[in-house]
Amino acid sequence: MASASLLKSSPVLDKSEWVKGQTLRQPSVSVVRCLPYAPSPLTIRAGSYADELVKTAKIVASPGRGILAMDESNATCGKRLASIGLENTEANRQAYRTLLVSVPGLGNYISGAILFEETLYQSTTDGKKIVDILVEQKIVPGIKVDKGLVPLAGSNNESWCQGLDGLASRTAAYYQQGARFAKWRTVVSIPNGPTELAVKEAAWGLARYAAISQDNGLVPIVEPEILLDGEHGIERTFEVAQKVWAEVFFYLAENNVLFEGILLKPSMVTPGAECKERNTPQQIADYTLKLLQRRIPPAVPGIMFLSGGQSEVEATLNLNAMNQSPNPWHVSFSYARALQNTCLKTWGGRPENVKAAQEALLIRAKANSLAQLGKYTGEGESEEAKKGMFVKGYVY
Amino acid sequence: MSAYQGKYADELCANAAYIGTPGKGILAADESTGTIGKRLSSINVENVEENRRALRELLFTTPGALQYLSGVILFEETLYQKTHDGKPFVDLLKENGVLPGIKVDKGTVELAGTNGETTTQGLDGLAQRCQKYYEAGARFAKWRAVLKIGPTEPSQLAINENANGLARYAIICQENGLVPIVEPEILVDGPHDILKCADVTERVLAAVYKALNDHHVLLEGTLLKPNMVTPGSEAPKVAPEVIAEHTVRALQRTMPAAVPAVVFLSGGQSEEQATINLNAMNKYKGKKPWTLSFSFGRALQQSTLKAWGGKKENVQKAQAAFLARAKANSEATLGTYKGDATLGEGASESLHVKDYKY
Repeated sequence: MASASLLKSSPVLDKSEWVKGQTLRQPSVSVVRCLPYAPSPLTIRAGSYADELVKTAKIVASPGRGILAMDESNATCGKRLASIGLENTEANRQAYRTLLVSVPGLGNYISGAILFEETLYQSTTDGKKIVDILVEQKIVPGIKVDKGLVPLAGSNNESWCQGLDGLASRTAAYYQQGARFAKWRTVVSIPNGPTELAVKEAAWGLARYAAISQDNGLVPIVEPEILLDGEHGIERTFEVAQKVWAEVFFYLAENNVLFEGILLKPSMVTPGAECKERNTPQQIADYTLKLLQRRIPPAVPGIMFLSGGQSEVEATLNLNAMNQSPNPWHVSFSYARALQNTCLKTWGGRPENVKAAQEALLIRAKANSLAQLGKYTGEGESEEAKKGMFVKGYVY
Repeated sequence: MSAYQGKYADELCANAAYIGTPGKGILAADESTGTIGKRLSSINVENVEENRRALRELLFTTPGALQYLSGVILFEETLYQKTHDGKPFVDLLKENGVLPGIKVDKGTVELAGTNGETTTQGLDGLAQRCQKYYEAGARFAKWRAVLKIGPTEPSQLAINENANGLARYAIICQENGLVPIVEPEILVDGPHDILKCADVTERVLAAVYKALNDHHVLLEGTLLKPNMVTPGSEAPKVAPEVIAEHTVRALQRTMPAAVPAVVFLSGGQSEEQATINLNAMNKYKGKKPWTLSFSFGRALQQSTLKAWGGKKENVQKAQAAFLARAKANSEATLGTYKGDATLGEGASESLHVKDYKY
């Protein structure tokens, strides 16, 4: 599968015993490889973009700031628009995204925005490129590069993430268009196992995506989301998360990914959505920090948590609890629903509501900024903000 | 189960953290009978039990030295030895806040089909031996895996085999109350530059931590004993700051913050060099969420040995030499060493022996 790209940086010995085209997947959890190790004089990491990647990652991981995830595919964006009675047209998507990126002062709290491909190439009705607006706001544009989840054959009804084909040329084109970081979301399901196969596939796909992205100038956000669905308790989530992150980092290292030039987007360690036993933000913070300490090399500059269906306030409270003492990495947010929900509802599709909607987004952005600094107090939060957003079997 | 949660979990974490106390480090005095024989013969001393005992007593009774140590690694014979007036070494150490440790590996053997690469033996009956050692007072263990750099080395086989051995050793120790020091030594021999060493070190450590995680080892209850990242023994030297930068970066890329401390091996560096490099690492500005300390054998004992020469009348002089090195390294863990330790004879002498066999 990926043998050709592996060979790019390591000279092949004449007497090697491996078979061309042989898959590089490990047959067991302990490291066993069929081909003899042929080290290059020097391992090449991230090609010519190394310095820029490190710089971009540091900017996105700057204190008091986090990521606005606004990369909903057209279908998913359609669901959002439908929830406020709007038709899923390009004009409506354009209007909504313009509203989001034009919030005055957003760059004080938001360091990066993840876009869907359509938006990366879109302009406002005045003809201004969305990407340019973001850059003016001091927000780094990012781009979703995966091609969605599909059923994983041979697994226990689990999924895998597509998108490696042609990824090199796509990322190069996105870089030309102004993107400086990428995002790839794969999932792991606890009720379905997860099986060894699903975990390996998720980790390996992320590692390949990360290497290719760095090669083309984009900081890869590495996102193995452990889905909230299920009745399992927090201990089980903790166990699965440790396994997943061990695999992810091992494969990232094998693919010679430059750790100083990546960002992580993990799920927090929480009980399953249908678990009877709930946990406090403090407990969630303790488990999640323990996971980070056990699995994340300090070289990684930033960890931007996903919200995965938590309410806006829950997501902020949990983030705040994790920032009560110094961490070796920037611990922040990359929220979609947990930043946009109230804003979307306030807008309702009406031009006269744009200002109020933008204020609503700014309020959430500021709250999460404070949470990143460990200073969020939760005063004055609205009822809408406290509403849970978990949807069973959620499909993006 | 994600990581060891048995009856020793809290004790392991506490002991590992204690060993990593800033200002303290480990004296590696676990030379096997054969190896200590080489040391003794270098100062014309006969390799008999009494001389081995006398040397270790000299070290452990040095006035004021034990405050700079959080642990001492012993060979099995020494674990059961006493001072000349009958006090068990283990008790002497414990009374002075020094944890006794024990070498548990049984040496290296060659891996067939490789170019002289090795694996480490010692897993058979390890659980029982650990229990015995715990009863005798040991609270941490050490197992040395060895890798080398060459045109086709380290091979994937050597990396996998040694990483797996370390992981098995580590979990068995934890199940029996001993904090495992994980030591994947990449030998300094060779003409390679520092970047090559960095590359190999990162590759090896990634494999080691993957294996430890797969074997459910409790990282908070372990220590790492790696080589510093340096140019090969036949390559041009570089400044301590360069060594510090490459070493810390390699650790940042591979070592989770859950591990409380790194206790570097000296691997043939002179006493003074090892101290200066350790000091540079502690002065280096960068993310270092673990303590950076020492676990030195030769680099703590060389000038002491020379000063002693096996003679009773030299004990005081020898102890002064040992105290000087212990204090210097203590300061190095705090980044405050000024390079002013009275250099005993041999303190600047390189201790590198090509193809060193323990």
